[in-house]
Amino acid sequence: MATADDLKFQEFDDAANLLAANPDATTISIDEPVEIPKNQHSHLQEPGREEDDELLGTDDSDKTELLAGQKKSAPFWTFEYYQTFFDVDTYQVLDRIKGSVFPVPGKNFVRLYIRSNPDLYGPFWICATLVFTIAVSGNLSNFFIHLGKPTYHYVPEFRKVSIAATTIYAYAWLVPLALWGFLMWRNSKVMNIVSYSFLEIVCVYGYSLFIYIPTAILWIIPQKVVRWVLMVFSLCLSGSVLVMTFWPAVRDDNRRIAVATVATILLLHALLAVGCLAYFFDAPELDIPAPIIPAHNGTTVITKSH
Amino acid sequence: MRDLKAVGKKFVHVMYPKKSSALLRDWDLWGPLVLCVSLALMLQGGSADSKDDGGPQFAEVFVIIWFGAVVITLNSKLLGGTISFFQSLCVLGYCVMPLTVAMLVCRLVLLAGAGTVSFIIRLIVVGAMFGWSTLASTAFLADSQPPNRKALVVYPIFLFYFVISWMILTFTPQ
Repeated sequence: MATADDLKFQEFDDAANLLAANPDATTISIDEPVEIPKNQHSHLQEPGREEDDELLGTDDSDKTELLAGQKKSAPFWTFEYYQTFFDVDTYQVLDRIKGSVFPVPGKNFVRLYIRSNPDLYGPFWICATLVFTIAVSGNLSNFFIHLGKPTYHYVPEFRKVSIAATTIYAYAWLVPLALWGFLMWRNSKVMNIVSYSFLEIVCVYGYSLFIYIPTAILWIIPQKVVRWVLMVFSLCLSGSVLVMTFWPAVRDDNRRIAVATVATILLLHALLAVGCLAYFFDAPELDIPAPIIPAHNGTTVITKSH
Repeated sequence: MRDLKAVGKKFVHVMYPKKSSALLRDWDLWGPLVLCVSLALMLQGGSADSKDDGGPQFAEVFVIIWFGAVVITLNSKLLGGTISFFQSLCVLGYCVMPLTVAMLVCRLVLLAGAGTVSFIIRLIVVGAMFGWSTLASTAFLADSQPPNRKALVVYPIFLFYFVISWMILTFTPQ
């Protein structure tokens, strides 16, 4: 028999307060179907657009778009603002490095690994490691190449460290800046589905340089063929990461501009690799001026050694 | 006199790196300064054909050590470490001591000769001291880091001492 109280109208608190009062109560939630923004483009889709879904990372791009707005709320003069750029765990950094060394064909590095959480740890320390690796490997390789020659005296060549640092940090920060400015300018003229923030571009460039670290160590081997094979191999790997990242951002544009942009990205990347190899590593087979041997019949014979 | 004793006690702590809070609590930068200056002085006098090819200049060693220590400290704080700025500088500076000892040993070995044997001795000594420095500083700094980012904090310290070891190992006299 219901009491008079049970029949009276009761005000129910909202779910949060009720749940706080009774944490173990079972809950049922009914969600409204979420409007997925990219489906609004569906009636404009060409067959080639399916790969954009893969490249955009369909699963939680909505969530990340929402979360992205909530992340960097501290003003830029506080320390907490910069801490948001270092909000990565060890396994995340290792995952991103793995993604840059083994690029999955068709998968976009930014959408797959960065996911609106660009970090500055990776780019900064990968560049620092690369600077010292190139300087040390170059020094070691020159030492082994010239070892045994009577006129050779080992020098540490410390000045090259600052040159390496300037080059690599300039590449890793100025090229993304230029690329970001260019993409923003094109975005104002042509509506692009995909656009990247400056930090995401810095992130991609920084992680794509990782493959050069083992390459630089292997460049100690004083064989021209080996060095060029290594160079082409690492260029392909890191170049493919960059191409798969930036092709969706320019494909909507004028065909010529899109191809020119991607070609410039690859050209600058190749220039960096070739420049480092040429400047820091001496050529393996040098023709040293050989001693002049006076032959018995008075003529001198100059021998050339390989 | 009291400060001198405190500095001496910290040197002993670095030699036997047990986790103790004395090094962290009362930080001072005298020890790191003395170590840095003596290391930079000992790295002078290397041979070079031209000024561009030689070893690091005094100012370069100084800048590398201090700037490197500041960057590592900033890195660990940005990753969420709870250690204070000067405490971290203090620890990193004091842990350069094994490498300064290695530099001293290297210069003595180089007085005896510069052949392959001396190079192997120097390599072993510098390698051992490099390991000691890295382990000592990690022992002091590891606890103040968030647990799933320890490797991210330790790696730059490894790189820092590796660069200093490289400068010591590649020192060639006139």
